[in-house]
Amino acid sequence: MSDGLMIEVSNLTKRYAGHTAVSGISFAVRRGEIVGLVGSNGAGKSTTLRILSGYLPASGGTVRVAGFDVFAQSMEVRRRIGYMPENNPLHPEMRVREYLKFRARLKGLSWGQTRQRVDMVLQQCGLVEAQKSVIGQLSKGYRQRVGLADALVHEPELLILDEPTIGLDPRQIRSVRQLIKSLAGRHTVLVSSHILSELEMTCHRMVILHEGRIAAADTPDNLQALMGGRGQVVAEIAASQAELQAAFDTIAEIRHADISPVAGDFFRCALTPQDGVDLRSRVFNLALQRGWPVRELTRQRHTLEDIYVRLTRVEEEET
Amino acid sequence: MQAYVTLTRRELGSFFVSATGFLVIAAAAFLQGLSWVVLVAQLQAEPTPLPITQLFYSTPYFWLILQLATPVITMRLFALEKASGTFETLMTTPVTELQVVLAKYTAALVFYVLLWLPSLACVLILRHFINTPTALDPGLLASTFLGITLLGGLFMALGCFASALAHTQIMAAMLSFTLGFTLFLLSLLSGRVTVAGGWQEELLTRVALMDHMNDFARGLVDVRHLVFYLSLTAWFLFLTVRVVESRRWK
Repeated sequence: MSDGLMIEVSNLTKRYAGHTAVSGISFAVRRGEIVGLVGSNGAGKSTTLRILSGYLPASGGTVRVAGFDVFAQSMEVRRRIGYMPENNPLHPEMRVREYLKFRARLKGLSWGQTRQRVDMVLQQCGLVEAQKSVIGQLSKGYRQRVGLADALVHEPELLILDEPTIGLDPRQIRSVRQLIKSLAGRHTVLVSSHILSELEMTCHRMVILHEGRIAAADTPDNLQALMGGRGQVVAEIAASQAELQAAFDTIAEIRHADISPVAGDFFRCALTPQDGVDLRSRVFNLALQRGWPVRELTRQRHTLEDIYVRLTRVEEEET
Repeated sequence: MQAYVTLTRRELGSFFVSATGFLVIAAAAFLQGLSWVVLVAQLQAEPTPLPITQLFYSTPYFWLILQLATPVITMRLFALEKASGTFETLMTTPVTELQVVLAKYTAALVFYVLLWLPSLACVLILRHFINTPTALDPGLLASTFLGITLLGGLFMALGCFASALAHTQIMAAMLSFTLGFTLFLLSLLSGRVTVAGGWQEELLTRVALMDHMNDFARGLVDVRHLVFYLSLTAWFLFLTVRVVESRRWK
């Protein structure tokens, strides 16, 4: 057993009758990390998480959680995880507090612990006022919180959340995101989503799944850097178009300059650099030398959406 | 043990949060009351040496309640959880398949026994008004209720099995009704058809549910009947556990 690792997935394969949902993926998650599992619908996210939680068996490969094999030592693993499946199934006829107490007892907490932990997660998930409500009558956002509270109630080492923010409004998404962020350090979190921007802000690392394989796995910054070399620089400078064009032509690192007039005397210059060059300081120095006013100078960041689209397109071309 | 008790409590509770539970109890109470009224009317018309418990069994009401209550009680057990997805949250907590099956079975059986309490009230009322206290001997009542419980135990196990197999409640209800009704028809058959020798005769005499019930109602607790019900119940519960486990072999 390797100490710092919470999850070790090696060569995991899952075949359903007729098709392969996950084919030979391997990744590891360290203790205390928040890791995002990203992929479009049908990429194999839910299948992977179901296997990790011990609900489904793998067709091949091994999965260890906290050093225990998820299939052979399922009970040990189940004691250590809090799992919230996709669509967050709950018992609609129960009341929030009653449900959480039921779940806590089911997970083996004593009466004393149950009372204490239920109070705690009610507070943590902002459910104190709703604790006497019938779950079936709660709004989607509140139900999602009940699901999270259930996953947290036995203080699991590992939280597995399958699409925790699906169907929520932006404000609710933000509150769920903050909740997940607040868990870092004390818990290890593996969270899936098909929306990249959502995980970009919460996760330490991301695993991008595409058609059952890992397309990329890295920190959001490194994924960014993977594409960063092509980063276009946009500058708004007050000078004549001809002067600008001439000045840019002298800089060898600029592969292409696109100059268009904008409001005022300013021109918007979109500068495409040679690979791996950051043009911002060159442009700034140029403007300083010539005494041109500059009101904007930015390098365009690729959103992870771009990265995702590119990675998955490369995959498709290869196959 | 803690998981078993927790699950049983929730299952039992869920019978009573919806109107269905009360509706089933009300319907069963009505049918039981009706059957007693009919019985008493018959007794007034012509006296009989048979114990009243045995007469009760020979009315169609008893079998009607059994056949209809079984699917209604058991259809939810697994099928609803599978359809709504809560089965996934249940099976990812540290509980074993055996605990889950036993808890659901226990809850169904307790509810089934509750269903028969009104007939106990009928017996007590009757006892209050008749002059011969020997007509309703406590031993006779006990063996009758033992019979009701054993038969119900088997039917609840059939229902559990059906619900574990099915993906929707409707499917579960149809399947458990089919299983239960087949068993009932076989026992009807044994009274009407004479098969000479062979395994067919063996089978028909063994599944003669109505004969078994007559014995129980006469105060006769036959060990063969006990073994028949308990072993068949255990077999269907075992099958249910295997069905629930099967998700882990696929």
